[in-house]
Amino acid sequence: MTKPTVDPSFLRSKAAWVRKKVIELHGRSPETRIASSLSPVELLVSLFYGELLAYDAGDPMWEGRDRFIISKGHGGVGMYPILSDLGFLGPEELEGISSPGSRLASIPDCSVPGIETINGSLGLGLGMATGMALGLRGKKSTRNAVVLCGDGELYEGAVWESVMLAAHQNLDQLLLIIDHNKISMLDYCDRIVDISPLSEKFRVFGWEAVNVDGHDIESVHGTIAEQLSRRNSAPKVVIADTIKGKGVPWLEGDSLCHVKSLSPEQINELLGRSR
Amino acid sequence: MNTTKPKAMRDLIIEGVRRKMEDDKQIFFVTADFGSPALDLLRDQFTGRFCNVGIAEQNLINVSMGLALEGYTVFAYAIAPFISMRAFEQIRTDLSLHASFKKLNVNLLSVGAGMSYDISGPTHHCLEDLTLMRMLPHIELLSPCDANSAVACLDFCFAQASPKYLRLDSKPLGDIYTSAQDQAMTDGFGVLQEGSSVCLVSTGYMTHSAVAAARRLSEGIGVIDVFRFKPESHSALRAALDHYDGIITLEEGFVGAGGLDSMVRGLIANDSKRKRTRHLGVKDHRFEGGGREYLHHLEGIDEQQIVKTTLELLRECRT
Repeated sequence: MTKPTVDPSFLRSKAAWVRKKVIELHGRSPETRIASSLSPVELLVSLFYGELLAYDAGDPMWEGRDRFIISKGHGGVGMYPILSDLGFLGPEELEGISSPGSRLASIPDCSVPGIETINGSLGLGLGMATGMALGLRGKKSTRNAVVLCGDGELYEGAVWESVMLAAHQNLDQLLLIIDHNKISMLDYCDRIVDISPLSEKFRVFGWEAVNVDGHDIESVHGTIAEQLSRRNSAPKVVIADTIKGKGVPWLEGDSLCHVKSLSPEQINELLGRSR
Repeated sequence: MNTTKPKAMRDLIIEGVRRKMEDDKQIFFVTADFGSPALDLLRDQFTGRFCNVGIAEQNLINVSMGLALEGYTVFAYAIAPFISMRAFEQIRTDLSLHASFKKLNVNLLSVGAGMSYDISGPTHHCLEDLTLMRMLPHIELLSPCDANSAVACLDFCFAQASPKYLRLDSKPLGDIYTSAQDQAMTDGFGVLQEGSSVCLVSTGYMTHSAVAAARRLSEGIGVIDVFRFKPESHSALRAALDHYDGIITLEEGFVGAGGLDSMVRGLIANDSKRKRTRHLGVKDHRFEGGGREYLHHLEGIDEQQIVKTTLELLRECRT
């Protein structure tokens, strides 16, 4: 795979737009997990606008696509504006999020074109992607299986079953991206059960691990592009250092931000809307 | 009489899968480090389409589901209590939920039905899977009792692209059916003996006990073996039970918990003439040495107790 070159200012403007749409959607559907959905925005934008994933909006299950699983399902609201913008969904669908008959729930599922699997039950996505990577290799496909996990998700033991298998099977078509926003549901991870040091853990398990500032979109894009291009018999993990609730002062730094919703007034203020 | 030593169902099925893999490149076999003599051949022959995930049943299902999403027909092989209960949430989310949206041909080969790992003790017994798999939508539940019905189940695995749970005894069992039961798969049961007043309805190993008990009873006792729990319609089974006055269900699983007894009770609940019923199964999870028949004796589900219960019910039906 040749590494794509994409104008960083284009990616930055898309990220700002997705972040704004996530807040708008949260206004329509307050049960969406806003803080969890704001931390991975640059990761999703890099994948979908940075030519890192092959896809066909007109044929979402196209065999030649790269597979992408959002294992941290609660943080997947940012997928909706992206899928709408890219033509997987009609723009009118966004408006109806969570309403009767809508395909758009607070956790994306595979009734939505462009969403591969149902996740949100944590710790399953990496195993599914491991199976996909095995299958892709078996079919002699060169496509990648990419999975986005949260850091709190790493508490699930099944994740480590997959970590061991992927390395043993030399699955270099598998890329795990960790949205390392440091906060799980009730507290900072290092106060629940410390998961550090992450990159060292993965390296000991036979993975290639790199860290990146998850909100520096140029670095994110370059790092993921580099990891996707490498075929060296090792699965890869990109640990993206992010801020939970990024861009919202009432959420950033709040150890309970996962379960916080924004008030209509806060949303108006963030979107620069007058009442 | 067939004098050749019977093969364990798992070996028959794995051998059938191996032969099919020679022609069909879209079959993948995954195990949670569980083996069999037949598997030794398969894993030598198909190194690229065999994967041992280690003793990790949760990952077994996750990986199988990922492979199925890539178009493979997957056989996932592990010990019954662990594939059904350690990985229950994966079966529910990966297979049952996703089968609403996707074609997933994942076949769970679950070995060690009931107390077939008798002396290994209660961790290796599996008395819950009939209940658990009945509960989940989109999961076929297959429970063969012998080689011919097992082979029919395997044919069905290839023919129907859906998630399936195959409840397999770990021990070689003698033949109940004299021919492949492919035709009967639509209805999901076999009538082993026609009767007039009382019918024994059983599954898996208990079908052998039912047949043995019926032989000891001079009166015309019906025997029905259920090997597919979720056919498109239960109307054929309902019709087969219709003329009986009494029904005894037999399962090597917890009784009154949603297994075979619940299924049959549901089928006859609205009959115009109320049937008398007895439900034999395991009441409590206890363990002693002594083997399977001894454990069945302790639980009151052995041949002797089946005969006794049948005679009681016959008397009741006459009064």
